[in-house]
Amino acid sequence: MRFEYAPAPESRSVVTLRDSYGLFIGGSFVPGSSVFKTISPATEEVLAEVTHGGPEDVDRAVAAARQAYERIWSAMPGRERGKYLFRIARLIAERARELAVLETMDNGKPIRESRDVDIPLAAAHFFYHAGWADKLGYAGFGPSPRPLGVAGQVIPWNFPLLMLAWKIAPALACGNTVVLKPAETTPLTALMFAEICQQADLPPGVVNIVTGDGATGHALVAHPGIDKVAFTGSTAVGKEIARLCATDGKRVTLELGGKAANIVFDDAPVDQAVEGIVNGIFFNQGHVCCAGSRLLVQESVAGDVLAALKRRMATLRLGDPLDKNTDVGAINSRAQLEKIHLLAQAGESEGASRWSAPCQLPDRGFWFPPTVFTEVSQAHRVAREEIFGPVLSVLTFRTPAEAVQKANNTPYGLSAGVWTEKGSLILWMASRLRAGVVWANTFNRFDPSSPFGGYKESGFGREGGRHGLEAYLDVLGGGDV
Amino acid sequence: MFSAVAMSEVSDVSVAAESGRIAVRKTYKLYIGGAFPRSESGRSYPVTDSSGGFLANAALASRKDARDAVVAARKAFGGWSSATPYNRGQVLYRVAEVLEGRRDQFAREVRLAAGMPMDDAFAEVDAAVDRWVWYAGWADKIAQVRGGANPVAGPYFNFSVPEPTGVVAVLAPQDSSLLGLVSVLAPVIVSGNTAVVVASEKSPLPAVTLSEVLATSDVPGGVVNVLTGRVAEIAPWLASHMDVNAIDVSGAPGALADDMAVAAAENLKRVIRLPGGDWTAEPGLERMFGYLETKTVWHPMGM
Amino acid sequence: MVLGDPGGIVASDTSLRRFLHGLPGVDEVGARARADTLATRSVKADAKRQALDLAISMIDLTTLEGQDTPGKVRAMCAKARRPGSGAPPVAAVCVYPDLVPVARAVLSSGAVLSSGAVLSGADGEGAGNGQRSGVAGRVRVASVATAFPSGRAAREVKLADVRSAVAAGADEVDMVIDRGAFLSGRYLEVHEEILAVKSCCGDAHLKVILETGELGTLDNVRRASWLAMLAGADFIKTSTGKVAPAATLPVTLVMLEAVRDFLVLGGRRVGVKPAGGIRTAKDAIRYLVLVYETAGESWLDPRYFRIGASSLLNDLLMQREKMETGRYSGPDYMTVD
Repeated sequence: MRFEYAPAPESRSVVTLRDSYGLFIGGSFVPGSSVFKTISPATEEVLAEVTHGGPEDVDRAVAAARQAYERIWSAMPGRERGKYLFRIARLIAERARELAVLETMDNGKPIRESRDVDIPLAAAHFFYHAGWADKLGYAGFGPSPRPLGVAGQVIPWNFPLLMLAWKIAPALACGNTVVLKPAETTPLTALMFAEICQQADLPPGVVNIVTGDGATGHALVAHPGIDKVAFTGSTAVGKEIARLCATDGKRVTLELGGKAANIVFDDAPVDQAVEGIVNGIFFNQGHVCCAGSRLLVQESVAGDVLAALKRRMATLRLGDPLDKNTDVGAINSRAQLEKIHLLAQAGESEGASRWSAPCQLPDRGFWFPPTVFTEVSQAHRVAREEIFGPVLSVLTFRTPAEAVQKANNTPYGLSAGVWTEKGSLILWMASRLRAGVVWANTFNRFDPSSPFGGYKESGFGREGGRHGLEAYLDVLGGGDV
Repeated sequence: MFSAVAMSEVSDVSVAAESGRIAVRKTYKLYIGGAFPRSESGRSYPVTDSSGGFLANAALASRKDARDAVVAARKAFGGWSSATPYNRGQVLYRVAEVLEGRRDQFAREVRLAAGMPMDDAFAEVDAAVDRWVWYAGWADKIAQVRGGANPVAGPYFNFSVPEPTGVVAVLAPQDSSLLGLVSVLAPVIVSGNTAVVVASEKSPLPAVTLSEVLATSDVPGGVVNVLTGRVAEIAPWLASHMDVNAIDVSGAPGALADDMAVAAAENLKRVIRLPGGDWTAEPGLERMFGYLETKTVWHPMGM
Repeated sequence: MVLGDPGGIVASDTSLRRFLHGLPGVDEVGARARADTLATRSVKADAKRQALDLAISMIDLTTLEGQDTPGKVRAMCAKARRPGSGAPPVAAVCVYPDLVPVARAVLSSGAVLSSGAVLSGADGEGAGNGQRSGVAGRVRVASVATAFPSGRAAREVKLADVRSAVAAGADEVDMVIDRGAFLSGRYLEVHEEILAVKSCCGDAHLKVILETGELGTLDNVRRASWLAMLAGADFIKTSTGKVAPAATLPVTLVMLEAVRDFLVLGGRRVGVKPAGGIRTAKDAIRYLVLVYETAGESWLDPRYFRIGASSLLNDLLMQREKMETGRYSGPDYMTVD
């Protein structure tokens, strides 16, 4: 019997969108000199007008952050700073539904993911870090580690509110103040977060949100008035930032791209491995730095695993991100969609076999069907370059040693997955994979207490956990993590 | 003699005389398994304020009440210890929220118990709330500070994790009816242990009001159990109880504490005995870590 | 892997054990996570209406109490074929063997309504305007057997139990596997017992109850599922309903994966029946989603999927009522029998 799920759209009415948003500087929304529009990538409709932060706006924001740092925040006992963060955590949880719907509208990701992953993790991140604010002496960095000062933070569009939480929570917990620039295509939840800061009575200037584009981000990162740069985004821009800050004494942490290997052995729990492969590359439309974009499957089971994978992919539901049954949402922007098409084309022209899950693409908006390339080798572009879309490249291996070799054969090193029932093999693999996060028999699991970050060109520094505090503390020389 | 202020708070006669309204006075019972029973012995004892004026009758717990409390604590242990640390942290934070909401009520009770000025009473309540918040924030960090991977010489992955020890009996400090109580209770439950608390004998009322807060803050029934009564009567039964895993005797007077420590040896309870001192100072880790076991796991790393 | 020589697999305890333990393992955390995600599916409007009726038509309406009497069974059977307000009949009733004749009598011949009207014989003509279920003709009679629920009795006694149920007119037999034998690794014995029961069934179709709540792990659920299917089960069923936990979504997920894989390897379609603990329409719809997205739409049919339940029917009827009238209903408006 055919079982059609009727449309089950989450209502947009829970969100009150303003027509126009200013910059959040010194505790209030202030106008700037120019504006730009943010659209819904699923429908291409304009959602709101947002202010573009020019160099003078960045100046103002840094000044506000510096003032708040010197006059209020750095002197405030950790115990009191922590209570502000607890308030923010609770407010995010209270306004969870609004935030989830807004995130989906602005980013294009399915409402199920914003609701069940992004927003709860963002609240948890603040809750976890709130507790560190008055316990920094126990974090392993000395008895009374000091903050750095003002942090300039630039975040990407793939997990807008969650990336904001990953940046702001530890910075504030450690006693810094921040100027954060959200991604150009996804400013709205950051602006709602600014309202939450107001509701929490956070002292003005502790958090400043300057919306804008790459130039705004550059102005912020290059600003002489900040002590610390934290960036999540592409490896190319990360390298620019590293060059820029190489000689100016700023502390820098970078969380960049990846081309993770998801390794499936012949004794893997097959049904769960297939879920892990699907989750690894199609969760968030593949817009995930740690996505399992290369499937390394043991040759002896490759046929079976691929058959099971294709069967599973055929049940993925692509469509309206606000529909509660949608699994695969919209690609975040036209620009990103074009990049994905380009690399998929390269995959075909270089001789890999392409298969896409059959699905109906809506007329408006930016969409790409979940796609698999088989008969891929390390030489193919689709095996080496980060596509940042729902495209999986499948390679095979014969032995564990070969799996390690192929998995590590990349300039990236953010994450990896290992699927096998054998515990000792999991640990052997984990000890040899050059990746900052290894997921065994699972994938894409995040927790505020679990440090996240990459080896090699996936960046340096860790976010989350005790280790993640180091980025925001003045740890001189011998500070061991 | 009684001051005019003390009298009007101890006795609501003058209040009634002014407004004509008779107050509905609270009954102070035990808190066991999430419920508020009277002592099975049916006994109570008068609680007085710092000047000897009558405040209320509190339940006088018997050894059977103590026994029932241990059963309740044991029953609650499985669920509480297997909750995620994040969840425990949230529950403890919720306790702080509710406690803050009852700030006035607690300040009055603390003031009456200790005979301190109202400002000091408010300061104590604020410190107690902040103490809860401090411990709430520890829940999801203990494993990172107290556990970790061990670099053994061999192809093994080796890691140590802290685990809660089980049911903990706690003698609350005699002289700090709220802040001291909170300071000896929160470190027990934050890591997943469950508690049987013997409140301060002379100032038990804030402990009962705290139980009301716990009962309405998503703390599962049995995680905390509060007994009021004669410490010398019930504490020894807890010290010798074979299903109690640890005991904090710091709140008992010297000789009693000695006896309890000796009795505790029968099942090798972990014994916490720390000097009182200044409850407003930031606690160290000993109280929290004293109720933790450490489990070390080995696993080969190989094909 | 194709089951070229099933006989080779069941030639000995050792070969059977090697096969069953060679099946891919189940990661419990992953399986639960998949079941949880599928439970977030939102089925609304027309889809919900269809799903409610489908669920009703898949119910094995059950009474298995020591205190069952002919009167109780008659009342349940009347409700089974005419649940009320235009709902379709259920798939089957499920009773103890000694009450099978009572059930057959009600469900095979015309029954007299309190109004004095006589219902026609074959069910479906008088079934109101509800959607017909996939089971052609009358509501089936399923009987438990083999010393249900424990299964602890001598082989001859268990087979005699089956024979008596079939002779009394049971269309379906729900047997229990010997969990003691399974857990102590005597797989061949379990296999042979199922074969023996199947041979006593005649035309009756055989459901094999695994009693998943006693099997301990999802790996065991997978192995027991395959064992039953290799022995010729028409259906694999989760539970007797007498042991907690009874049916759960993760357990049913593993069983649906097993029947899906068995069709590919063994060429035969086996049905799945979760039983016990499914009380609300919401639960039932979650199971339908599980079937749809795991085994596929060909299993969404009372021939291949049943739900063993008693109180579920009323909740499905209440939800149906709400969809038609727009108002929440109450127990006073649902018949107890």
